[in-house]
Amino acid sequence: MANTPEELGYTKDHEWVRVSGEQATVGITDHAQQQLGDVVYVELPKVGERFESASPFGSVESVKAVSEIYMPLTGTVEEVNESLNDSPERVNTDPYGEGWMIRIKIENPGEVDGLLNSIEYEDYIKEEAAE
Amino acid sequence: MDNSRIKKATTHVAQNEELLFERSRAGRIGYSVPPLDVPEQAIAGLIDPALLREDDLDGMPELSEVDVVRHFTRLSTWNYCIDHGLYPLGSCTMKYNPRINELVARIEGFARLHPLTPAPLAQGALAVIHSLEESLAKITGLAAVTTQPAAGAQGELTGIMMIRARLAERGNPRKKVLIPDSAHGTNPASAVICGYTVESVPSNAEGLTDLDALRRLMNEDVAALMLTNPNTLGKFEQKIEEVCRIVHEGGGFVYMDGANMNALCGVARPADFGIDVMHLNLHKTFSTPHGGGGPGAGPVAVTSELEPYLPYPRVVRMGDGLTLDFDRPKSIGRVRAYFGNFGVLVRALAYILTHGDSGLRQATETAVLNANYIAHHLSETYDIPYPGRVMHEVIFSDKKQLKHGVRNADISKRLIDYGFYPPTMSFPLIVQGAIMVEPTETENREELDLFIDAMRSIDQEAAENPEILKHAPYTTKVGRLDEVAAARKPVLRWKGEGGSAGKRADSTSSSA
Amino acid sequence: MRYIPNSPDERRSMLESIGCERIEELFEQIPEQFRLSEPLGIGPPVSEPDLIAHFRRLASRNATDCVSFLGAGAYSHHIPVIIDPLISRAEFFTAYTPYQPELSQGTLQYIFEFQTMICQLTGMEVANASLYDGSTAVAEAVLMANRVTRRTKFIFADTVHPQYREVASAYVKNLGLTIETAPHTETGTLDLSALKVDKETAAVVVQTPNFFGCIEDIKSAADAAHQSGALLIVTMSEAMSLGVLKSPGDAGADIVTAEAQSFGIPLSFGGPYCGLFATLEKYQRQMPGRLVGEAFDAEGRRGYVLTLSTREQHIRREKATSNICTNQGLFALMATVYLATMGRRGVQEVARQNVQKSHYAAAEVAKLDGFSMRFSAPFFNEFVVRTPGAASEVTARLLDQGIVGGVALECYYPELRDCLLVCVTETASKEMIDRLAASLGA
Repeated sequence: MANTPEELGYTKDHEWVRVSGEQATVGITDHAQQQLGDVVYVELPKVGERFESASPFGSVESVKAVSEIYMPLTGTVEEVNESLNDSPERVNTDPYGEGWMIRIKIENPGEVDGLLNSIEYEDYIKEEAAE
Repeated sequence: MDNSRIKKATTHVAQNEELLFERSRAGRIGYSVPPLDVPEQAIAGLIDPALLREDDLDGMPELSEVDVVRHFTRLSTWNYCIDHGLYPLGSCTMKYNPRINELVARIEGFARLHPLTPAPLAQGALAVIHSLEESLAKITGLAAVTTQPAAGAQGELTGIMMIRARLAERGNPRKKVLIPDSAHGTNPASAVICGYTVESVPSNAEGLTDLDALRRLMNEDVAALMLTNPNTLGKFEQKIEEVCRIVHEGGGFVYMDGANMNALCGVARPADFGIDVMHLNLHKTFSTPHGGGGPGAGPVAVTSELEPYLPYPRVVRMGDGLTLDFDRPKSIGRVRAYFGNFGVLVRALAYILTHGDSGLRQATETAVLNANYIAHHLSETYDIPYPGRVMHEVIFSDKKQLKHGVRNADISKRLIDYGFYPPTMSFPLIVQGAIMVEPTETENREELDLFIDAMRSIDQEAAENPEILKHAPYTTKVGRLDEVAAARKPVLRWKGEGGSAGKRADSTSSSA
Repeated sequence: MRYIPNSPDERRSMLESIGCERIEELFEQIPEQFRLSEPLGIGPPVSEPDLIAHFRRLASRNATDCVSFLGAGAYSHHIPVIIDPLISRAEFFTAYTPYQPELSQGTLQYIFEFQTMICQLTGMEVANASLYDGSTAVAEAVLMANRVTRRTKFIFADTVHPQYREVASAYVKNLGLTIETAPHTETGTLDLSALKVDKETAAVVVQTPNFFGCIEDIKSAADAAHQSGALLIVTMSEAMSLGVLKSPGDAGADIVTAEAQSFGIPLSFGGPYCGLFATLEKYQRQMPGRLVGEAFDAEGRRGYVLTLSTREQHIRREKATSNICTNQGLFALMATVYLATMGRRGVQEVARQNVQKSHYAAAEVAKLDGFSMRFSAPFFNEFVVRTPGAASEVTARLLDQGIVGGVALECYYPELRDCLLVCVTETASKEMIDRLAASLGA
């Protein structure tokens, strides 16, 4: 069973968000990494790039699959987890910690309310599995 | 482990062999060049020394002829090939590669012919191209053929380029290409290089194109539908006439991926059911060797409407002979230098002539029989997601074996121990755990029975001792390789003893 | 039909075992009106002896016994005898793409060796498993440079093989990419002063030795491209030149493509050949085509696998780096066996002989009345001669004497009506060269 920390926000595209003031840290969920399998490469944007909410900002690759990662909130990239270049396995081993992907400056704080909470996200995973 | 049920294969000693660079010893010579017969001058006097290399080709191997022959012979023994037996890769049409085709392609008059030889001195080669183009036109029923594209994927590109050129001339090149969700990945990739976006057409419960969805998706933005027929589920598009009508009435073209032509050759012609343009894979239907990944050839056949757009030059009749026509104002241009993979064309023509009308038909009939034979005799053991008669290939899934925690990959790896190359796995994408089997016509009944036995035996193993399957194969030179580590830290060339990565021009001499 | 093993009786019995009476039942999926009742019209089957005779007759209508000085992208070099028997091993030529690594280690290891030697020769950091040929490799390099730089303008030296330029034009036509052509100087190489690299330029494309045989100054071209953030793509149609010439990697190229036909591949009227593609590690995930990498099994045994496959069409589909499916497997093997057989010393020796013989020939021809060297830049094994009158008339005259004298350049460069491109490799003996000079002077 996937781990879903209570203090985080989630999306239906399986990203998590940790909001801290005007900044948010983004990664993919424990459930998502389990589905992907061993992550071999993470493609991330450059600092300074701006993305609309729900638009793709990068991708995660396993040996035989590529999944895009979508922006949970509109914002500008302030920091990128460069350590994933050499250690993409951190997305598997510590998705909510060392496996974080980008930090963004939130443009529209109102969007935060649109995120799923941990219970809603767990329900959503169950629904998806049932389909 | 009990291997008593393995009948086709046994284990034997394989030779180890290091990389060429590890085998290299300074001072060994494998070549023979006559002495220079013109007065020698200092190279530095002929070419500015700043333009000359200074590394003395450090790192390139130094080996004797015997070393080279042993090296590649040993490497070859680690491969499976069609001459070992059934190679049931679905949609790949791994059939016997006739030796006579190899012989005729090596005749000096072909093998030593320079591509810029003036046409009057290359009449035999032009006749091969012309005759093959005519034969393929008869097989497809279409008006004209180009043999320039170097492979199936390049044929797709060429075909879609012609459609675009035609539509542009009509006034609007349009924006999209429709592709069924069961299609090969090359289809969308090729359409994109032609500047189109791609929209997926869903399959219906029978695995065929969903006509309602097609009607919904078809509009004035759609340039073409790219269709594989029979599709990658081994099913013939029974409503093909209606499919073509919908696309044509919407002002688009129907492109057929001819990857599965081994199900139709001599039995049905795509032009008759409304196809406008299609490619053929000479390395599939027409038996030219796959060569461990190439070369192939992907001729493209078109209707007379699209004929003016074919790549130049065209081989055309002039008087008693043949010549090259470059004056093709509407042509999409050139997709490959010279005349494509000419040596492959010679082999394909030899195949077609050897078979003749009756042989081509018989080959197709037997290929379809063999596929249905496997489907029938494994239908109790393996799930068939789209049941019923198939054409030249059959798709199973691992649904029944999954109950024991056994996946299609495990089944395929265990098949190796049984002496077979695994089928195509995890394709088409619309089938979970797909196992796609195409036997072709060139297998005898014993080989098919051995395969059926092996698949049944593996199913038994899945129930009795699934762990065996999860670590298979056991009989190959290497076991399952760690592809995750290989992709995380790619090592794509030899970087010397100890693998020390240097930037450019590594010192890799093993003589030091 | 001897390629169909089962006898008619066996086929009948197999048909019965699946509950069918007639083979036609298996084709009932095909609507009846589309099932052929007539033969295709190819004719009756041809027997083995008749087929051989047929192809021998066709081949005899190709003139391959002339003394030939044709080059221009396809070169006559000696092919070591061991190549054909080795590549004719069924385990190599009747195998498929190495999808199942456990049963494909032979193919995978030689591709790894091929990639390594291509890096050594070109001075680049990563080479793929090969592409169709030299012309399509340039087109793929252009598409890759567009992905890397996200710029859309390309500048091709007009001395890049004209057919390579035509192929690149066809590929980019529908993608909103533009190709400009940069002129050459009177010495026969890219005119750097006329090169207008700007912030829209994705790459400059240069061939060396170029179509006229002249060796380009890659370093200066690289500097010019890099100043504006563009890439330098270097292409070669005569890869044998790498035996003596500074590698493009050392001179600053970002992408190197080449035609490997010179490495043991028969002329065969233009194909199959083998395209080379190499670049820097930082761009490896943008590369087209197959890549083989090292891997280990659970017992620590070394092997090789196809890797970084997520770039490719079978996974990424419309977002793939290329539509190419396979490589040029067997022909990459020919090049690998060639390079292993010739080795470090043999490749240099052959390259040296090409330089010596072509310069001898150039000097002999330039001595003749009315003939002169058109360009002054250093060359490898091809050079352009100015002829008295149209070069096409000169070649026609030579043909009468059984000599294919080279390529009259007028069809590619209308202003070079009196120019003949002559190629002299190690296969041309002094006697042949002297005969050419004598015939030209006659």
